[in-house]
Amino acid sequence: MNWIHKDLLGVRDLSREEILFLLDTADSFRDISRRDIKKVPTLRGKTIITLFYEPSTRTRVSFEIAAKRLSADTINISTSSSSVVKGETLSDMGRNLQSMRPDVIVIRHNMPGAPHLLSKILDCSIINAGDGAHEHPTQALLDLFTMREKKETLDGLKIAIVGDIAHSRVARSNIFALKKFNTEITCCAPPTMIPPGLEELGVSVTDRLGEAVVDKDVIMMLRIQKERGGTSYIPSIREYSSFYCLSEEHVGLARKDVIIMHPGPMNRGVEISDRVADGAFSVILDQVENGVAVRMAVLYLLSGGES
Amino acid sequence: MERVLLDEKSVERSIIRITHEILEKNQGSKNLSLIGIRTRGIFLAKRIREKISQIENREMPVGVLDITMYRDDIGMLKTPEVKKTDIPFTVNGMTIVLVDDVLHTGRTIRAAIDAIMDLGRPARIQLAVLVDRGLRELPIQPNYTGILYTAAPEEEVSVKLREIDGKDEVVLSTST
Repeated sequence: MNWIHKDLLGVRDLSREEILFLLDTADSFRDISRRDIKKVPTLRGKTIITLFYEPSTRTRVSFEIAAKRLSADTINISTSSSSVVKGETLSDMGRNLQSMRPDVIVIRHNMPGAPHLLSKILDCSIINAGDGAHEHPTQALLDLFTMREKKETLDGLKIAIVGDIAHSRVARSNIFALKKFNTEITCCAPPTMIPPGLEELGVSVTDRLGEAVVDKDVIMMLRIQKERGGTSYIPSIREYSSFYCLSEEHVGLARKDVIIMHPGPMNRGVEISDRVADGAFSVILDQVENGVAVRMAVLYLLSGGES
Repeated sequence: MERVLLDEKSVERSIIRITHEILEKNQGSKNLSLIGIRTRGIFLAKRIREKISQIENREMPVGVLDITMYRDDIGMLKTPEVKKTDIPFTVNGMTIVLVDDVLHTGRTIRAAIDAIMDLGRPARIQLAVLVDRGLRELPIQPNYTGILYTAAPEEEVSVKLREIDGKDEVVLSTST
């Protein structure tokens, strides 16, 4: 397959074939992280900037490790220590960075569409590492990678996505990606956390966790997006957890070989119990490992092509 | 215009001779490992393994090497597809015989050597190719050669193997 995209702004823009091609590429890159010498020269001489307007540990470190294992040079900018605090706009920041000739800019921003803006005004590749409540494509891709690894195929999977759907870019990107395969998706949350018209994306909706998990191959738990006002949609955290905290009893209602996923960071005791998070069905740490491989594949495909 | 450099029988004879040369030079198959370079090198390596097992009565693993991550032309052409490398043994202290179908510029072998070195420290690396078509761009020479044919730059040497092409043949073609 010939990869044609300069940027990765969302999984919505990718075809089923492109997603599978990317996952296959990631599979080849994953072995590198398991060797003694965790480095290949593939992207030597490339410069990758991570520009994060929101806090992040997993995603930023994952991108940086991915880039370094491909021998690219990385520069990390977090806005608290940058000229953003002096009032510089995103476009000015982007143009200034471009003058230093990076090959890829990885951006996380609280405003949906921020990566798309940069993509329009800059020549280098842009990767969306999360834009507001819109998309988080590499998270969805690593989730699909993990599901395919554990279940062998994506087609036919029954998946429950539980939590603050309204404010979750992870939910949105996963729905966009999984709907390109023959999957059944059930979204579960209190009615206030279900965006109107969600069913139009081809998913079913329930507000009962006990119903949502029945017969599922995959249960994906999401945290409440406090930074996007998530807590004002529920009476209290304690009440939320009494209805929506995934317990071992819930897991018992799903398929016997169910996998439990969470994009992190987890709020133990709120959306997921300790015993489930650390239990035999949890693949949460596999997701993190696979994240590096998927991001290596994305960086390779975006910056490996004809220049 | 096409010309057959090696037919089915000659391919078979070349592989038999290469196998004997490998065993002669290394005084048997002890500490010996075969690594085939994707795609046709894998099938050639498997055939050499088969011959070695007949002669030495010993099974040895064959590693599969994809050199894409070590290419020196990434960014100059369409993104090459990265496939899996699968070396199911340690390379430390081993004599590695790299197997490929055609030796041309030597750039693939340079990449393959770098890739193997990142997996450990082999005692030595040797190179077996079915065809050496000349026109080297790097100082790399094979230890075992099926046929040496110094082709002109506009000539193309292609190896066909029954495992994927349906028949064994080495063909020279000239693009007009």
